[in-house]
Amino acid sequence: MSATLEQYARVAGEDVVDQLRQLSERLRGLRVVHVNSTRVGGGVAEILAKLIPLQSELGIEASWEVIDGNGGFYAATKAFHNALQGSRDEIPNEAFIAYERTNVENADKLRERLAAADMVFIHDPQPAPLLDLIPERKGKWIWRCHIDVSNPERHLWKYLRDKLLNYDASIFSLAAFAQPLPHPEYLIPPSIDPLSEKNVDLPEADVDAVRNQFGLDPGRPLMVQVSRFDRFKDPVGVIRAYRLAREFAPDLQLVLAGGGATDDPEGDKVLDEVRSAAAGDPDVHVLELPPDAHRTINALQRAADIAIQKSTREGFGLTVAEAMWKGKPVIGGDTGGIRLQVVNYHTGFLVSTPEGAALRIRYLLHHRDKLLEMGAKAKSFVCDHFLLTRHLREYLTVMAALHFDVQDRIELG
Amino acid sequence: MDNNTNPTGESAAFAVKDCALAAIATGERAQNLKELRDRLQTIDAAALYYHFWGTRLRPSFDDPEYNNDIAGWVRHGLHEPSLAERLSVVDPMDYPDLEALRFELVEIVEDYLDRLPVIPWSHEDRQFHFIRSQIVVFDTHHVVTDPNDIVDAVSAMSAGSVFYHFIDARRRTPDQMDDFRTWLIDLDRTGYNPLCDRLAAIDPYFPTLTELRDQLVAVLAGFFGEGSS
Repeated sequence: MSATLEQYARVAGEDVVDQLRQLSERLRGLRVVHVNSTRVGGGVAEILAKLIPLQSELGIEASWEVIDGNGGFYAATKAFHNALQGSRDEIPNEAFIAYERTNVENADKLRERLAAADMVFIHDPQPAPLLDLIPERKGKWIWRCHIDVSNPERHLWKYLRDKLLNYDASIFSLAAFAQPLPHPEYLIPPSIDPLSEKNVDLPEADVDAVRNQFGLDPGRPLMVQVSRFDRFKDPVGVIRAYRLAREFAPDLQLVLAGGGATDDPEGDKVLDEVRSAAAGDPDVHVLELPPDAHRTINALQRAADIAIQKSTREGFGLTVAEAMWKGKPVIGGDTGGIRLQVVNYHTGFLVSTPEGAALRIRYLLHHRDKLLEMGAKAKSFVCDHFLLTRHLREYLTVMAALHFDVQDRIELG
Repeated sequence: MDNNTNPTGESAAFAVKDCALAAIATGERAQNLKELRDRLQTIDAAALYYHFWGTRLRPSFDDPEYNNDIAGWVRHGLHEPSLAERLSVVDPMDYPDLEALRFELVEIVEDYLDRLPVIPWSHEDRQFHFIRSQIVVFDTHHVVTDPNDIVDAVSAMSAGSVFYHFIDARRRTPDQMDDFRTWLIDLDRTGYNPLCDRLAAIDPYFPTLTELRDQLVAVLAGFFGEGSS
């Protein structure tokens, strides 16, 4: 067994890694290409950075391509992202032109590799038009949707749907996100990597160092939300919940830590709004962290008493699983993939308003035994269901099902 | 009982398997009770299987409040507790096949609809989504050749193994039998009849997979003796 697979076997279990080997034996030598729009920042890039080497270790010729785009393209895809998640803001015609032009340019650049691949995973809407632009393709193409498209703006969905019709399969994180398409639609929640810098165990000294760096008092309770500065993550709502909770927990501290992503031009605007909402309160720490600040985020999550992820829309919410992996109960927005991870009274609480969040903050801070019990359950739940090994197993399953044209059963061993 | 050869004199081995389900959206959904009735009439039977049996392999903490996804949604999505109760006691083992199960479900919903002045609706983000699944079967590299070893083997089984050998088996075998009985009969056509009768009496539907494993161990240990290996 390779060194990395051995490490995963130690965390997830020998049997889990053995199942990966059984599946990949059937897929050995396949050329698999993943395509997305950013190499750093955001959950998709983080998952791909680990999935690709693991697929390679299992004997699959896996590679990762990133499409190039300019500011106009990223502004367009950000508008698409918002519209697919329900925003009704009008999208100018220029955005569609930039989107299509960028995909034509990238199709020319990637044509040879994508046409020759046995399996192509296209992640999210940004590179979705590539399939129709490469008619000489020989392999199976899969559209992997990481975002919540349960209630998309209909005109934009119709436009995007036309570009998805010829895919061989698609993958959604939740059943609620799956829109009618004329091919199998697999349901695969994403995952966290327990061996990554963001999730690996840290010495207590590292956690203390990060507390010192940001002026956090280790003797007072701390609540942390880690996510992009994005309206759907409701960072201003988190500040409101914190203010309500301070009524009965006056020593509470709040950290809002946001990593940037190169394909999110709206982040600065939301960050300004958050800073404005937090102004004058020394116990609200708004941290703009670089995309590679994984160890800092890890330490902040470990320093927290409670993790919060008060999203109003969420594809999955990897930061929820990350915090749970560190043994923290999570107060999460009752939406999307957070519902898969936060089980009321077991791994945390689902809430719909800042008031609801404040109520649960109070409960957890006043019931320390419950806080610890839920944290322990949360860690175990993630170990069983949301680690990278489960995610990889399901990707390999989709590949095997498509490659061998399987309908109901894949028998291995 | 130490017979580990079948009537042809060949050793019959029980290869322990594990399994996982790959969930696939059907694209069909329901937001109110009429839509549920309509979808139940036409949905792929594989979706009925998933919502009655596949739920066993999904992440959960508690014993399920309702034993199938449809009853759970009627309670928590439509807020119709009395219909949820009627749907939750439907045991798929009572029906010869999924089509008969489908007929019963539609009947129950129809009957309830007939008495309602207003059709109950769910919130937009609480719709019921019909799902089907593919099963992936893994080798555990664990083979039992001596029936006396089966107690220990079952004790160590994962939930996936219990599902595969005691639930999925009924879809694979022509006489809809679990793998344990198939193996025992193959070893000795009549010698294990009392044990097979006791295995057949275990209801695979209402217990959780962990409870099922415990029941299997109890029955097998009662026959072969605890830690018989």
